[in-house]
Parts: sequence; structure tokens; C-alpha cells
Amino acid sequence: MTSEKNQAEESSVDTRHGCILYVENVTVSFDGFKALDGLNLYVDDGELRCIIGPNGAGKTTMMDVITGKTRPDEGTVFFGQSLDLTKMTEYEIAHAGIGRKFQKPTVFKNHTVYENLELALHADKDIWTSLLKRLNADQKETIEGALETVGLVEQKNIRAGLLAHGQTQWLEIGMLLVQDPRLLLIDEPVAGMTHQETEQTAELLSSLAGKHSVVVVEHEMDFIRSIANRVTVLHEGRVLAEGTMEDVQNDPKVVEVYLGS
Amino acid sequence: MIKQIAALHSFRGWLFTFGLLFAAIILFPVLNILVPEESFFHIPDYMFPLLGKYLCYAMVALAVDLIWGYAGILSLGHGVFFSMGGYAMGMYLMRSIGKEGVYKSDLPDFMVFLDWKELPWYWYGFDYFSFALLIVFLLPGLFAFVFGYFAFRSRIKGVYFAIITQAMTYALMLLFFRNNTGFGGNNGLTDFKRILGYSLQDPSTKMGLFVITAFVLFLSYVISRYIVKSKLGRVLTAIRDVENRVMFSGYNTLHYKLFIWTFSAFLCGLAGALYVPQVGIINPSEMQPANSIEMAIWVAVGGRGTLVGALLGAGLVNVAKSWFTVAAPDYWLYFLGILFIVVTLFLPKGFIGIFDRFTSKNKDREVIND
Repeated sequence: MTSEKNQAEESSVDTRHGCILYVENVTVSFDGFKALDGLNLYVDDGELRCIIGPNGAGKTTMMDVITGKTRPDEGTVFFGQSLDLTKMTEYEIAHAGIGRKFQKPTVFKNHTVYENLELALHADKDIWTSLLKRLNADQKETIEGALETVGLVEQKNIRAGLLAHGQTQWLEIGMLLVQDPRLLLIDEPVAGMTHQETEQTAELLSSLAGKHSVVVVEHEMDFIRSIANRVTVLHEGRVLAEGTMEDVQNDPKVVEVYLGS
Repeated sequence: MIKQIAALHSFRGWLFTFGLLFAAIILFPVLNILVPEESFFHIPDYMFPLLGKYLCYAMVALAVDLIWGYAGILSLGHGVFFSMGGYAMGMYLMRSIGKEGVYKSDLPDFMVFLDWKELPWYWYGFDYFSFALLIVFLLPGLFAFVFGYFAFRSRIKGVYFAIITQAMTYALMLLFFRNNTGFGGNNGLTDFKRILGYSLQDPSTKMGLFVITAFVLFLSYVISRYIVKSKLGRVLTAIRDVENRVMFSGYNTLHYKLFIWTFSAFLCGLAGALYVPQVGIINPSEMQPANSIEMAIWVAVGGRGTLVGALLGAGLVNVAKSWFTVAAPDYWLYFLGILFIVVTLFLPKGFIGIFDRFTSKNKDREVIND
């Protein structure tokens, strides 16, 4: 793929109507069990949205549908006005500008921290570029910047498999940063983090909103309170409630299935 | 570009690599020609085809390491690509026998024997060395490309892929065993007389072939090293470790896998083409499933994902094989099996791992698995 084509792909994310992600009426069943059941979700451009819900509510399946890992049985998923994600492959979706952080931190354990960022870096990702080109000064700067943001400057030549758990989470966030997506999907970013690390992560994610749109799936309520302005509650594959944290917390349906327990 | 290539090795690494190249293409011939036969340092004529054979195997190991050690795709069918290169070269060598065969016919002996009156169409062109060379360069890669495209597109991985490649080599072996296929049946192609006009019996031809093989191996190694040291190499190892993550980072992993798979087949075919004139025969037994498995064992024994390990492994196992098949032929396969088990259990990084253990620099190179 040439760089012009990349740019064409990105600029074609059409957000004139203020919305970057349209998930409409999406149903996914596994052997009769409906993981998603007519799900509707709209994310505004530049928004930071939190998704909560009990286990099995369909949060991870929703991420899988958006990133092309799972195909919906019914419904449509659009990135901007014009990109139909249900018809694109995983790498095309990633290229179009959707980045994903997994629930279980997934980094390249046999590569150094620096190499992890190099692999994730927003750049031409065809084989000939990979074979023949070296990082240019701008790209190196981007990587160094990300290393500083996620606090892994000293660890840059250490293999990622040797990092502590919290550091691995941060590295993965760093990889998303250099990938520079329009929309970030983040699955449980603070699982297993210390209190301080959680705070730092909240700060980082808040600072990302605006320039990027961010969707965070999380269980940790304090964390959500500290970052979210809008919260969506999923339950049994559907949206149960949506609104500010306060609205949601006071919603009797939500209290019943989730917060009350 | 030159700078990038120079950075592939440390100074000592390059010194060592060029030292070996120098030994093969200058020192050995000198020791053969100038040193008197009774001297300890004399290299006898018969050594050259033997060493040349090892070098061809080393090239095969390099090819298998690229696809298995780096991309994590175990192929148990590389014997096919090796044979394709070998047969293409063999067909040229058959045609250049001319009318000097047993039956004094223009056709290869086995065709006369089958009472064929004219050359099958797919033998056309093999009168010319350049045509044969073209086929050597193109056919194994093209075949691998098509095979790989369908396999990788369907996301066939791991042991399933390995089994399919075994089936592929077995099927092609059966095909080539048939006399009617037109490649000499189970006898294959043999009794070659000359290559490009030079007699294959002539010691100087043998030496020339060895020197060429050494040089081609050297080039293959440098190119392979360039590939694995580039970002493409890092993408390949990333695919080996967590393919999903690579896709979600925006890489079309199909292209990457196809690239290295095709290149690996190409190298393997080249090795086959260099092997046949030195060994003097190519037959379907090269496509036995066990042969392809042995190729994977060379790499496992030497050490996967290091290139040098693959070369070392091919050398060690084949020298052992040459010795065993003379001293205790019945026990060779037992030995090979035991060697494989011991390496898998105690030397996960192969023999190259033993060296690493003594150089603290590479101590943490152990592959990290989930």
C-alpha cells in the first residue's frame, strides 16, 4: 500500500455529523446464545466513553465486532459516515484508524520495548517498506516521545516479556499512542494496576480525548468516575442505560443488575 | 544500503563469515591443487562433491529456519521445493547427455525404455541451461506462492499446516514415482555426463561446482540475514508470537507470511539445483515425507531462529549421518530420533544455545512464551 492510499483511507473517515462510530442493531449469537442482542451505540468524535456491565454483558464481543474479529449476524457498524466495518478485515480496520488494547495485555514479548513501539508505529505497513526502509528522524522522535509519555525510557532496550505487569499495560497504551488511531478501544486498562498507576492512567486517557475518540471498558468504578463524562451500561447484549455517571448510578434498572450487587 | 548491510554483523562476525567464504573458495582449492597428495593438508578430489552436498543442505536449513524459526510456520514439505529445483537442473543435465546414453538415442534413456517416440512438451526448452535456470528460479517459488496463498488465506496454522505440507510432499512423490509422469519414475534422472560442456567426472568441474555452491550459500546467508534484521524480520517474529496483535496493528499478515514462505521455497529450490550435478542423481525419494522432516530436525538441532544455528545443525547432523550410514547403517534413524528428543528436551535453543550460555551477551535470548 502506498502512503497516498493510507492518507486517502484516513481522510475518508467522515465525521461531519459529529459521530465517529455507529453501531446499529447488532446481533451476534454463539450457538444460540445471544452475546449481542440488537445493540445500538453511537460514539461522538473526540468523546471519551466508558462502557460498563456485568460479566457476559457483551463488552468484549462488541470490541470484537468493531475490530473485525467477529462478524455480526445482523446489524451495521460504521466508522464515520462511510466505512462499513463489517466488510473490512482486521488489518484494514486498524489501518483505517481504530486501535485496540486487549483485556489481557498483549505485547510482543520477544521484542524490546522500543521495537514494540516501532512495530505499532503509524507508518506504511506493506512488506517492501518493512524490508527496505529504516525509521526516519520524525518517526524516531515519535517513539521517543511515546516512551516518555508512558514512562518507559529506561526500559526501552529491555525485552517486553521481562516487564512488570503495570509496565506491560503502559507499553500497550504507548503502542496505541504511536499507532495514532482516530478511535481507541481500551479493554480494562487498569486491571492489576496499583492505585497510583490507575491515577496516572486516568490522567493519560483523559488527555487523549478530544484529539482521539476513546472507548473504555472497565469494571473499576472509581476509575470510571474519575474519567468519564458519559457512561453506557450494557446488559445481556443490549444497552441498559446511558448518561452521566450520576444518572446511571441513580437508574433503578442499573442498580438492580450491576451496581447494587 | 552498504551501511545497512555492514551493520548486519559485528566486525568479528563479518571476519568470521568472510573467513569461511575465503576458506571455501580459495583455501580449499589451493590445498587440493598445490599441496602434494601425501601431505596431511591435502584435500582429496572426492571431498568436494561431499562438502558441496553439505553446503546445499545448509542452504535448505537456512530456508527452513526462515519460515519456521522466524515466522513460526513449520513446513514438513520443503523436500518438494528442493526436488523441483533438482529436477529442473536434472532435466537440463539429461538433455545435455545427447546421444551418449545407453541406447544412443536423442531421447533420455528412460524414455527409450518406455518406448516413447518423442519428447513430452514439458521437456522442451531444457536443452538450454538458461531455460533450466529460469525454471529453477521461478517454479519452486511460484508453486509455493500459490500453495501458501490458499493455505494462509484460510488461516491454516501450526500442526495443520505442517500436516498439509507432509501430504503435499507425499502426493508429489507418488506422482513422480509413476513412469508415465515422464521424470524417470523411481530411478529418477541420473547418468549425467556434463554441465555447460564441462565433464562432470572432471575433478576441476567438481571443484568449480563446490566453489559456486559456497558462494551462493554465502549470498543466501547475507540476504537472509538482511531480511531478519530488517523491520520485516521483526514483523515475522511478532506474527510467530501473537499474530492477532500484528493484524490489529494494521499489518496484512498474509502478505508477510507469503513473502517469507515464497522466498524460503526459492532458496530451497536453488539448493536442489546445486545439489543434483554434485551428487549425480535426483529421484522421487527426495520427496519422501521423512526427508522433509529431517530438514526440520537439522534446524531444531542447530537452534531455531538464529540462521547460524541452522547452518550448524545441517552440518552436524549430516556429518553424523555420513559417518553412521557407513559404520552402523541400521541405527541411523534411531540415533536421529534420540537426537531430536534430547535436543527438544534439554537444548530448546539447539546447539547454538550452548555457545550462548557462555557469552553473557545473549543470555536472555530465550524465547518467551505465554
